[in-house]
Amino acid sequence: MTKTFTIDGQAIPFVDGQTIMDAALMAGVYIPHLCHHPEFTPHGSCKLCSVKVNGRICSACTFPASEGQDVVNNSTELNGDRKRITQMLFVEGNHFCPSCEKTGNCQLQAVAYYLNMLDNHFPFFFQTRQLDASHPDVWIDHNRCIFCTLCVRASQQHDGKDVFGIAGRGMNKHLIVNAESGQLKDTDLQPDDKAVQVCPTGAILIKRTGYQVPIGQRLYDHRQIDQVSLAASGSRPSAAFPPSLAVATEGGHHEP
Amino acid sequence: MSRKIRVATTSLAGCFGCHMSFLDIDERLIELAQVVAFDRSPLTDIEQCGPCDIGLIEGGVCNSENVHTLREFRKNCKILVAVGACAINGGLPALRNFIPLEECLAEAYLHGIGVENPQIPSDVELPLLLDKVYPLHEIVKCDYFLPGCPPSADVFWKFLTDLIAGREPQLPYALVHYD
Amino acid sequence: MQDFIESVVAQHGGQSTRLMMILRAIQDQYRHIPDAAIGTLAAVLGISRSQIIGVVEFYHFFHRTPRGQYDVLISDSITDRMRGKQELLAYLSEKLGVAVGSVRADGVVSLDNTSCTGLCDQGPAGLVNGLPLTYLDLARVDALCERINARTPLHEWPPEWFAVSDNVLKPGLLLASPISAGSAIQSGFGRGLSETLAEIDQSGLRGRGGAGFKTATKWRFCREEPETERFVVCNADEGEPGTFKDRVLLNSHADQVFEGMTVAAAIIGAQRGFLYLRGEYLFLQQKLLAILANRRQSNLLGANILGFGFDFDIEICLGAGAYICGEESALIESLEGRMGIPRNRPPYPVSSGYLGKPTVVNNVETFMAAAAIAVKGGDWFAAHGTEKSKGSKLLSICGDCARPGIYEYPFGTTVRAILADCGADDVLGVQIGGPSGTFISNQELNRTVAFEDLATGGSFIVFNNQRDIFKIVQNFSHFFAHESCGFCTPCRVGTALLKKQVDKIVDGHGSAGDVVALEEICSVVKNYSHCGLGQTAANPVLSTLQRYPERYQDKLKKISYEPGFDLDGALETARRMAQRSDAAAYLAQVGEDHD
Repeated sequence: MTKTFTIDGQAIPFVDGQTIMDAALMAGVYIPHLCHHPEFTPHGSCKLCSVKVNGRICSACTFPASEGQDVVNNSTELNGDRKRITQMLFVEGNHFCPSCEKTGNCQLQAVAYYLNMLDNHFPFFFQTRQLDASHPDVWIDHNRCIFCTLCVRASQQHDGKDVFGIAGRGMNKHLIVNAESGQLKDTDLQPDDKAVQVCPTGAILIKRTGYQVPIGQRLYDHRQIDQVSLAASGSRPSAAFPPSLAVATEGGHHEP
Repeated sequence: MSRKIRVATTSLAGCFGCHMSFLDIDERLIELAQVVAFDRSPLTDIEQCGPCDIGLIEGGVCNSENVHTLREFRKNCKILVAVGACAINGGLPALRNFIPLEECLAEAYLHGIGVENPQIPSDVELPLLLDKVYPLHEIVKCDYFLPGCPPSADVFWKFLTDLIAGREPQLPYALVHYD
Repeated sequence: MQDFIESVVAQHGGQSTRLMMILRAIQDQYRHIPDAAIGTLAAVLGISRSQIIGVVEFYHFFHRTPRGQYDVLISDSITDRMRGKQELLAYLSEKLGVAVGSVRADGVVSLDNTSCTGLCDQGPAGLVNGLPLTYLDLARVDALCERINARTPLHEWPPEWFAVSDNVLKPGLLLASPISAGSAIQSGFGRGLSETLAEIDQSGLRGRGGAGFKTATKWRFCREEPETERFVVCNADEGEPGTFKDRVLLNSHADQVFEGMTVAAAIIGAQRGFLYLRGEYLFLQQKLLAILANRRQSNLLGANILGFGFDFDIEICLGAGAYICGEESALIESLEGRMGIPRNRPPYPVSSGYLGKPTVVNNVETFMAAAAIAVKGGDWFAAHGTEKSKGSKLLSICGDCARPGIYEYPFGTTVRAILADCGADDVLGVQIGGPSGTFISNQELNRTVAFEDLATGGSFIVFNNQRDIFKIVQNFSHFFAHESCGFCTPCRVGTALLKKQVDKIVDGHGSAGDVVALEEICSVVKNYSHCGLGQTAANPVLSTLQRYPERYQDKLKKISYEPGFDLDGALETARRMAQRSDAAAYLAQVGEDHD
């Protein structure tokens, strides 16, 4: 007998050990997220995937699914607050989309589009952040880092390296690299590393690949992030989600 | 026939790209002109904004003149709209926010390559630069935001036709872009 | 340097879990953690540079650039401010010729603020090279500056400057009748461990840190875990501003606290325990180590304790200036040598704590009470307090009262009675439970200290009618922004936005929508944050807004919007460089026709 819980009234099957996010993605239900990636240990920091579980707010990416849970996901209240959280990320960093190569392929932007975010709502911090263009093939623009730690996890858990880390506290938090010089060039990072590919924003970019796909013809210009995300996680197709679209992958994706 | 809706537009620290995009509604301008009259705008010769229904502002706020213009619009426009990336988050001009203003001015007028007769311009006619380029919503209250660099002609069209028809303006997914 | 670091690492058994203590030794030696030390440590401990840098940059007391030979930190608790801390700090800064937050050019002295040092009953307080300075005033600051400028070693400074008094003014159930060393272990084994757990259960003891989880239940959960390697941790990271009762318990009743840990260890089946002592309480370290050594000598710790065939020992780990480490899973992370970032829960520490093993984390006072219960039985304890809050509570009373200090009351005591005891009159309100707790007004003095009414870890700050609630809220909001670990978006950015928005209103730039905007930030921070820090960071605003909505509204101008920053100030650089002083070179904060 399959165990189930419900998301917005829809029965979602799960197996023990799965999180709400795992089960939702499998069942073709999108829960907005930025720091989550199905291949890596869940982190639970961006809080975009906040859902109400039996009335209590939990992070879907870390909270275990259990029999009979009543999960609210797609509500006006939650999406409104998710928009506020996304706006917090926008005012914290320096996200100038028109001049960012990641525009159109950026998950931060795509989640914001999905949540119909039209403005930034809060005052900006305009914190000064650095660039690291020392590496021959990859560069880091710290202005765009949202501390999702996907690069940290991908490097450790997929690439078998340990290139990245997070240091600092509170708003002084920042991405660091494991090199005596503190520079990316002195790490063993390669452009085809998962750590590079997985960055949801334009914080880690591969050099000399810019604008190969013109703005306006990119991933999220035509497809919503919910469709892309569900396709990438290999969920069961549903009516709102034609299988023919199940080709794109999430994260550092460049359209052919 | 009811009176025409008065619309004012201006560009602060912007590139007029949003205005160009507005004009891209092309022949729909004629349809718009049936119901809309322009007040202060680069499209007219009116220099002071009078009482208006809608004010469309592109560009961020980089100097004292921008502040005065923005306040003039806020005072006169029932609905004030921040148009485009620069109005919403400072945009490209705000890239100077990470360099102290003192250094910016010194580079431009004192020590930069090719500077002759180095001096900081000083004239009562010249607006003074603010320490940073600010988005509109940090200076005045804004009622609506049209993202994009620039927002497409369809964004202008959808927004204005919604508003004119008395509907709460809504931008569908396809019209929401930050680039 | 290599040799020094290797010897420090060797002293700590080469264990990366001891990173906090290792870094403390390096910081003491070099007044910072040099880059070269980071490389050496990474190699010797076999951990990544990023882990070490992460830790160094996370904790307020570790630095990557050298501090002064005399590193002076002044406590920025609201009670210190009420006793003139800001004037003192400004005076100190001028007198020493060093800006707050920086190191003097000659490298002799550095000066900065720090969060509450747990000395609110004897402030304004501070720390010099980690050691407490109490009762600071202008005369003492003058004398202190002289010694710093003359480079007089700290041990030649007058010892009374460093004196920390207990100020126990009302001993109760626990403080009035301490148990003798070893008696709780004897009783515990004599009665039987399961029976002793039943007594703890019967006592109704709930966690004294503030959250109030039932102690016996926590211990039972841990005891029933299949994994047999288990740990006991005493949370002495007493960081809630206004709290200092753990300081007193560890100064004068450490034996009983360690005894409580030992009983807990026997019951849950742990062989190792940790006292996680906040870095501000460095001055207690040697005394505590001596007590631990003494207990080992008396066979109250170590192998085969009192012949009961039970092995247990306790290590001390010092924190380094991070309020968040009072959160139990962040504390465990810190114990493991990492940044103090709260873990995702579940799993809870009772099933997966230190090194992923079942771990009981309790407050100092909880262990103190547990030891007494082990001796005197559950009924003795349960006879005091209320139906849902058994026993007594130690309060750290400070602020506007004649007699600040430690007071122990049965749960259920009214705030009014407490205020009478400590000599507080003309009361505006009381902050109960610290910034993360609740502000109650003088209309609510019949409320009681109890889990079912006003829960508190011990902080009890009195404000008189001369105090401005907005200055209080501002101080607390800055505190949370400073102490947010930065893990999750709503707390990292939200507490910083909250600080901005509170500043805007308090500084007089608030306009029509600004209280609504404030409430909105509060709601996101409170509802979506990862841990208790963020979930309570909006409490200072919410609890005062609920009680004084009109005062907030009065702060707002009757205009649609005003910038949250000094608009004319934003022209200053350009004005100066262009040498302008004409009318057009200035900006009004709001448009003239805005209303």
